[in-house]
Amino acid sequence: MATIELSAIRKSFDGTEILRGVDLRIENGEFISLVGPSGCGKSTLLRVIAGLEPQSAGEVSIDGIAADGIRPSARNLAMVFQSYALYPHLSAFDNIAVPLRMRRLSAIERLPLVGALLPSRRRKERGIRDDVAKVAEQLEIAHLLGRKPAQLSGGQRQRIAVGRAIVRQPVAFLFDEPLSNLDAKLRVHMRAELAQLHRRLNATFVYVTHDQAEAMTMSSRIAVMIDGELVQVGTPTDIYDNPRDIRVAEFVGSPKINVLPGRIREGGRIEALGVALRLTSSAAPGACRIGVRPERIELGSGPFAGHVVHAENMGSEAFLHLGVNGSDVRLVARIDDPRRLPPIATPVSFGFAMDAVRAFNAEGKRIEVEIEHAERVRERAIV
Amino acid sequence: MPSACGSGPLSDAATIDTAAVAAPAARASLRKRDQRALTAYGLVAPAFTLMLLMLLGPLASVIALSFTDYQLGAPAFSWIGLANYQDMFADRVFWISLRNTLTYVVIVVPGAVTLGLAIALLIESGASLRGLYRTIYFLPVMATLIAMAVVWEFMLHPQFGLVNGLLRGAGLPAFSWLQDRSTALYALCAIGIWQAVGFNMVLFLAGLVSIPKQLYEAAEIDGAASAWARFRLVTWPMLAPVTTFVIVISGIRSFQVFDTVHILTKGGPSKSSEVLIHTMYTEGFEFFRSGYGAALTVVFLVFVLLLTLIKARLADRGVQTA
Repeated sequence: MATIELSAIRKSFDGTEILRGVDLRIENGEFISLVGPSGCGKSTLLRVIAGLEPQSAGEVSIDGIAADGIRPSARNLAMVFQSYALYPHLSAFDNIAVPLRMRRLSAIERLPLVGALLPSRRRKERGIRDDVAKVAEQLEIAHLLGRKPAQLSGGQRQRIAVGRAIVRQPVAFLFDEPLSNLDAKLRVHMRAELAQLHRRLNATFVYVTHDQAEAMTMSSRIAVMIDGELVQVGTPTDIYDNPRDIRVAEFVGSPKINVLPGRIREGGRIEALGVALRLTSSAAPGACRIGVRPERIELGSGPFAGHVVHAENMGSEAFLHLGVNGSDVRLVARIDDPRRLPPIATPVSFGFAMDAVRAFNAEGKRIEVEIEHAERVRERAIV
Repeated sequence: MPSACGSGPLSDAATIDTAAVAAPAARASLRKRDQRALTAYGLVAPAFTLMLLMLLGPLASVIALSFTDYQLGAPAFSWIGLANYQDMFADRVFWISLRNTLTYVVIVVPGAVTLGLAIALLIESGASLRGLYRTIYFLPVMATLIAMAVVWEFMLHPQFGLVNGLLRGAGLPAFSWLQDRSTALYALCAIGIWQAVGFNMVLFLAGLVSIPKQLYEAAEIDGAASAWARFRLVTWPMLAPVTTFVIVISGIRSFQVFDTVHILTKGGPSKSSEVLIHTMYTEGFEFFRSGYGAALTVVFLVFVLLLTLIKARLADRGVQTA
């Protein structure tokens, strides 16, 4: 178990800057997800932590000790790769045993034939066998230990890869998109298992994913990376409810947050799609963007008029795509009861509560807004 | 696979469910099956004919020839049974050339395989000039061995050869490499290794490139800190199929050694570098004893076949472990 501290990590490949100064402190025993769209540098950051990729500048320290210049094998971190990277010629048992053999056996004991004759090797092998058996029991893979990776399904391989990571009690676990090769159903199942594993091991988990749902469901903290920078770090609730940047707001949440063109008038009042809201801001007047989550759009009444362009029925809920009259803006609204789904082209009016609004300036940074008539916060916009 | 049973010839009949139409339908499907079989044979025919003409035919005629007293250019020949083989097994030269060939194989194969692998690993781990090194080591493969043999003859010349010059410069005794009974075969082995290393290196390089980089990263994370540990854990087992192939190919090519022997020593001095194919050439094309030459070829083929069978067995095992 360990704290990992990154300070001002920079990395460039052939003149292209992949990481532009990342600072992050990962606490002991926390499950932190690095999320971001593909190409944002999250995997590179993980590889820098692992030591597989040297950083161009900045420092990595593990448990307060500078790790720069320490080989990956000496950092005592475990990593689960996206492709699992199991050794295809070794059985599942041997795959899990590799880290133990590498650490417990001397080079002579590892020699084929000669090593097998040494009594010390036999004693250590017994210990290894017990440890692998214990891990196999935890992950319910005891019956798979004799098989080669080629004879295992994706989910089973994934478990073997996790087994190989946890068998030697490393100081921290690094996961590089470990679920992205699984089918959707298994992914959801493994999500729960990984979260349980984290609770049981109580170890530091650093989890890289491009899937915001994985980050939201498993982690204690999320670090959103965009274009090589950490844009926001916080709890899943904080990231979802209180995005500091429009890119974070747009990346987290499915379907995406609705973004309406808005303006801050002289005097501070905010308008969206030309309709004045009961919101004011002290930010400089000019264009701004208004973000409202699909579940906060209220249909039936409100100052905006539109029509249904598309409907997605998910069974337990439904999403209604709305075209706004007199503009090419499209919105998505969530309906809890799909049986109340209006047909395509139905005209609808809609609005949203003022506390649902997240406003961003032209650069995409969040701006603070104040709701007028504080005593009527819960009411709909009626302007 | 369940989907496979739907496309078999039986499924045509199976789709008809009433008993009344079952019989004519079955006949129709039978006709259809015959037609399909005919098409299949038709498609196989060109490849089969070529194989018969180019591979199996000559092979059969060589075997047949080895039971005759045919002489090159002779108008007639007669069937003499196993006489050629009896002659052969009683001939001292045959046993010498067989022993020399096996010695050559036993030296050249391990030498060319380990050196090829070592050079491939060095080139692969080097950062720059990979293309240059690859080309340099591959040059002997591309060059005509006969021309190269002449160059080697100069290099190994007792008086003004480069090799002896270097030895004398270092204060070591010089040898007349190709003219000495005790060194001629080993000098040929050295040339054989020099010639085969480049080819093996290219095969190993191809094998190395196909090993996923992530396996090395996983090995590093798992604690394989030394290059040797990573080689043992990842490179060697992942290269196993390539290594088997390289060993077999080097083995077969070493069995076939002829050109260097023919140019440099003619099997001498006093048969000390006589090898199987060279004996066959001398018997068949200098003494025109084609029947006897064919018998020698059959012995050669048996060894090559053995190697091929070993390879097939190893390849089968490789498939199971993959």
